[in-house]
Amino acid sequence: MMNCKQAVRLMSDEMDRDLPGGERFALRLHTLICTGCRNYRQQLSFLRQACQQQVAANDATPPSAPPAA
Amino acid sequence: MPLKRAESTEQTPSPSSRSRSLPPAAATIAAELAGFQREMLRFAVLQLRDQASAEDAVQEAMLAALQGADRFGERAKLKTWVFAILKNKIVDIIRRRVREPSYQEPAEEIDEGDFDPLFRANGHWQGDSRPADWGDPEKSFENQRFWAVFDTCLNRLPAGTARVFMMREMLGLETDEICEELSMSSNHCWVVLHRARMGLRVCLDQKWFTSGERA
Repeated sequence: MMNCKQAVRLMSDEMDRDLPGGERFALRLHTLICTGCRNYRQQLSFLRQACQQQVAANDATPPSAPPAA
Repeated sequence: MPLKRAESTEQTPSPSSRSRSLPPAAATIAAELAGFQREMLRFAVLQLRDQASAEDAVQEAMLAALQGADRFGERAKLKTWVFAILKNKIVDIIRRRVREPSYQEPAEEIDEGDFDPLFRANGHWQGDSRPADWGDPEKSFENQRFWAVFDTCLNRLPAGTARVFMMREMLGLETDEICEELSMSSNHCWVVLHRARMGLRVCLDQKWFTSGERA
């Protein structure tokens, strides 16, 4: 069974590469039962969004909120 | 953003003597670009961690934008466009730096063990390190203080880690390209990205989302 330390690494990896089926499946199982890691995953995508806002993805100043994640 | 400015109602900065000689489109664009200059510089400094090369990048980007002014039709996206140019200039600078004979790899990276305290021996979250729900974090985008905290957290990342992270997330490079530019293995790249995200998350959590600073 995958632990949280392994799960956070894979959650980061999946933002940069396609995970093989086995890893994807194990990660899905883990996040089904682990609230902490589910929050972590949402926070990773929030970080990505924040970085994109930072580079003026749109013309608004200050950056305006994007549609719901 | 209005496509045409009503000259009488808005205070446009008077064009400099240089922009006066430019075609009309360029003169208007020059004035608009001047408005983004500070934001561009802040972005470039964050990426390059060096004021002088950041200023070079911004100047080159503004110049390139002016030279392309006539080709640029859709004014509403001027900012997006000039930031895209700036990103390329920053990547060029990083590339040049890496190739200089005197170049020294920024050794600073987050160490493997730095996050160990977050986990128990069995690899599961320690009780108080378990990521809590951030609620509606996108609301923070409208808060200027959030962006100050965000910059602080980025600047706290060790230089080597921050560079890889920002090339990926802010300059929009694929991991393959980053590995190639910096002569890193893919796995090393992924590890560094992982640690950067981990570090940034902890910092934002402590300094914003659970600190009470958040509005």
